[in-house]
Amino acid sequence: MVMNMPVVGKIARIAGPVVVAKGMRGSQMFELVNVGDLNLIGEIIRLQEDLATIQVYEETSGLRPGENVVGTGRLLSVELGPGILTQIYDGIQRPLEVIKSSSGAFIARGLTAPALPREKKWNFKPKVKVGGKVVGGDILGEVSETALITHKVMVPPGVEGEVDYIAAEGEYNIEEVIARIRDPTGALHEVQMMQRWPVRKPRPYKTKLDPVQPLLTGQRIIDTFFPIVKGGTAAIPGGFGTGKTVTQHQLAQWADAKVIVYIGCGERGNEMTEMLERFPELRDPKSGRPLMERTIMIANTSNMPVAAREASVYTGVTIAEYFRDMGYDVALMADSTSRWAEALREISGRLEEMPGEEGYPPYLGARLAEFYERAGRVVTLGSEERIGSVSIIGAVSPPGGDFSEPVVQSTLRIVKVFWALDTALAYRRHFPAINWLTSYSLYLETLEDWFKKNVAPDWSELRREAMALLQKESELLEIVRLVGPDALPEADRATLEVTRMIREDYLMQHAYHPVDSYCSTEKMYLMLKTILYFNQKVKEAIAKGIPLVEILRLPVREDIARMKLVPYEKIREAAEEIKRKLDEQLESLLKGREVAVPAR
Amino acid sequence: MSASMSALKARKYRTISEISGPLLIVKSVNDAAYNELVKVETGSGEIRTGVVLESAEGYSVVQVFEGTSGLDVDTTGVTFLGETLKVPVSRDMLGRIFDGKGQPIDGGPAILPEEELDVYGAPINPSAREYPREFIQTGISVIDGMNTLSRGQKLPIFTEAGLPHNLLAAQIARQATIPGKEEEFAIVFAAIGITAEEAMFFKNEFTRTGAIERLVTFLNLAENPAIERVVTPHVALTTAEFLAYENDMHVLVIMTDMLNYGEALREISAARAEVPGRRGYPGYLYTSLAQIYERCGRIHSNKGSITFIPVVTMPGGDITHPVVDLSGYITEGQLILTRELHRKGIYPPLNPLPSLSRLMKEATRYTRKDHMQLSDMMYYCYSEAQDLRSLVAVVGEEALTERDRAYLSFGEAFERRFINQGIYENRDLDTTLEIAWNLLIEYIPESEWKRLDPDVIKGYCPKYRGKKP
Ligand SMILES: Nc1ncnc2c1ncn2[C@@H]1O[C@H](COP(=O)(O)OP(=O)(O)OP(=O)(O)O)[C@@H](O)[C@H]1O
Ligand SMILES: [Mg+2]
Repeated sequence: MVMNMPVVGKIARIAGPVVVAKGMRGSQMFELVNVGDLNLIGEIIRLQEDLATIQVYEETSGLRPGENVVGTGRLLSVELGPGILTQIYDGIQRPLEVIKSSSGAFIARGLTAPALPREKKWNFKPKVKVGGKVVGGDILGEVSETALITHKVMVPPGVEGEVDYIAAEGEYNIEEVIARIRDPTGALHEVQMMQRWPVRKPRPYKTKLDPVQPLLTGQRIIDTFFPIVKGGTAAIPGGFGTGKTVTQHQLAQWADAKVIVYIGCGERGNEMTEMLERFPELRDPKSGRPLMERTIMIANTSNMPVAAREASVYTGVTIAEYFRDMGYDVALMADSTSRWAEALREISGRLEEMPGEEGYPPYLGARLAEFYERAGRVVTLGSEERIGSVSIIGAVSPPGGDFSEPVVQSTLRIVKVFWALDTALAYRRHFPAINWLTSYSLYLETLEDWFKKNVAPDWSELRREAMALLQKESELLEIVRLVGPDALPEADRATLEVTRMIREDYLMQHAYHPVDSYCSTEKMYLMLKTILYFNQKVKEAIAKGIPLVEILRLPVREDIARMKLVPYEKIREAAEEIKRKLDEQLESLLKGREVAVPAR
Repeated sequence: MSASMSALKARKYRTISEISGPLLIVKSVNDAAYNELVKVETGSGEIRTGVVLESAEGYSVVQVFEGTSGLDVDTTGVTFLGETLKVPVSRDMLGRIFDGKGQPIDGGPAILPEEELDVYGAPINPSAREYPREFIQTGISVIDGMNTLSRGQKLPIFTEAGLPHNLLAAQIARQATIPGKEEEFAIVFAAIGITAEEAMFFKNEFTRTGAIERLVTFLNLAENPAIERVVTPHVALTTAEFLAYENDMHVLVIMTDMLNYGEALREISAARAEVPGRRGYPGYLYTSLAQIYERCGRIHSNKGSITFIPVVTMPGGDITHPVVDLSGYITEGQLILTRELHRKGIYPPLNPLPSLSRLMKEATRYTRKDHMQLSDMMYYCYSEAQDLRSLVAVVGEEALTERDRAYLSFGEAFERRFINQGIYENRDLDTTLEIAWNLLIEYIPESEWKRLDPDVIKGYCPKYRGKKP
């Protein structure tokens, strides 16, 4: 990133977001340029002799051939440092709150604003001493950025040597020099709290590790049947209105990650507004602090320029990697990667590249893979061992809800977890509409130990039993569809009742219910165990000749159905109570006595 | 909001080198601005309008709204006007009728513009939006009860040829109100490629109800230039933005039929020989539609709002058609009309199951505590009923259990009493919810009321209401 004299060229052609400029010899690939009299921001995406092809991050109306294009000598980069949390940025990290105060409710063109506040002073606490040896990634000091997150100020990758100067504890802004490092050649490097990093280049780490821990989401169907790991990748494809965004919001709210990066990539403005309104009010369950304090939002909504949409996922993942490098677990949600792919397609079309399937460029799969590859659990740079992770969860919006299209298919070749949203379930208002028969997680085996140790020794058995029942259900329903429910033996009909309970009382989870929105693994365990205990008891009772209809009338079934609404603190008690009632009510059925139905 | 352009005077050329579909390629132009407005003059003096789609040193590609038929390469003149496409706006537009580009066609005086606004506007800053939460009562049970509309929401009607979507759109426009507030909606109505007869229906409807005073109409009818349809939605929404965000009005925008907009876009894309996305539609159809739909909403510290009800035809009932599908991906829900209900004589033939209002959970926080839960319960019961119907078709009703029969009869009654209502019947929310409760009481045993909290049942069910616990 050496600064030469800026290259100044002239616009030769404009077609939508793509501009060709001539006289651009000396500029570099992915260099940022200022385009036209309005100083629109653009990025060079192709160089051919003295011609540069530029994708422009703002609306290009009014640009004319002959206007200037000025190089900046800088690659498209993000600013990293204290002040980044709680922000909402556009796809190229322009702070939308600041833009709003300068241009009002509508985004004007040609505006720039620093991504991080320059004036604000942060209390910096040094962690190294003069004379100490440091390498890239070492922690020079800390800033308590929000009550939830301690921001570690790190030696930038590639810099190493001896600490020549370190600032004393005190108030500094992000541009003040807080350390000087003398490298082995004797050169001095000044370090500020703010660093820049080019978004298209993954930040370095020492080694990638196998994942070992689940990224718990508090969503029963996910944590029980299709869990994701810290450092893992997941895709959530589904037609419109099937619940991609609600699921992503739920994860942003409840996932047990330290930092959340949420990218609204070509989706609705109001969905970002919803987060902006809710996250400052929602509390982190552990600390009671607003969830906003661990969150960074990137909003490049569908009506904002498409080229910036293309950049938004890189902006987001670079920020995620930066927090990973501090040793944190970061979860990144991208809603929706299809809109990103469409931006790629649009730019590619304007470049007149050879199209692949459905007009997408042939490198679609490669780009998707590069993006997801930036997830992972790693040993970070630095002399002390730190482990951090980035998990990526991408929504996919297939046209017509058809999963055979190129974006879903390319994504499935990469990610390890597949949450398949099902339009039929969504129409019935079965939410989350994740299909339990077609979804999968390749992390199930890996996590078996963790769940055994941390939840219950018989967790995996319960999970398998429940899944086996659900599979059995689909076979039985096939028969019912052909010959009607009457043809089934009593035991099979009992299975159908139990699986209905698994579906409605366990898998269905209401995102907007104050209690049901989040479910701890302990609560999941107790709920599942209760339903499966019911299954066992019912089968026993039927074997003893008790008619199913009578069992179905047992009032305890309603208690089981309402278990999801029992607050976490009371769930143990409730589970025991239900077990006791069930035994008692079945006992009295067996003895042929009437069960007193309590009045409502 | 306007796209500033370094001022340049009008430049006239007579150097058309190619005419292809709705496009002209003009040679020897070096300074056309992208999106610049163009005047096209035929040899016989007829004037048309176009915009620059691509500009380069030496040539420029111009799209002509009125189409290119009758143009030639020798005598046709092209004047680049030095500005982008603008809409003159004024409050005086209320009560007036315009063509698809915003020119008055009702014989009235020219509009004295208060401002000239860029047709494409500028994107709303997501951090400046205010979440829509005010419930609009449409007086239609299946909408108010199960798919509420909020002020600032975009909620399309997905329909098929021959279904009463126009009746429904007009009924919504007529009855929409915020309970407890007396403010009336201003209505911006845009006809995009529909027939004159359909347009006349709306006109009569609005005249009869006195809404004409609060109405701005834009007409691009089936017989009008097809390419113009790509700007008509923007012209209408620019006007709506002016009324809402600069004049504090609550604006209801009704636009029909978005399918025709998509087709116009496809025609241009094909003429440019662009690589098509699905079914010949351009890859940027999503973005183009979003740039229309996302213009509605609410803005912080601004009294006005834009609520948007576009009508989208599903050709052959195909909900996966690109224009329909992508609309669904952008809007905040959808109201789906079905031929099946229509055949049964149910009006509105709106099937709640595939329909959705994404803003309902928020809106219902301010209506009644039982509203959302009752809606969930209706959904549950009606989808059970639908499943059972298909089962009965195979195995006959005898095979059903007692529980199943209850749901089956519920389904019939629900369609007849809850969905079905008069074209002029305006039910308030209490009436709508009362019908829902009564259906439950009559058909579904209370042990099945799983979506309802006990305290909601106690507090709102007519069976218990007014009784001491
Ligand atoms: N877990 C849930 N609990 C309750 N309601 C839900 C849940 N998930 C989805 N919904 C309902 O489904 C609606 C649509 O969900 P969502 O907006 O997430 O769909 P989507 O898949 O993101 O659609 P699009 O692709 O159009 O953005 C929501 O508005 C909400 O009403
Ligand atoms: Mg979504």
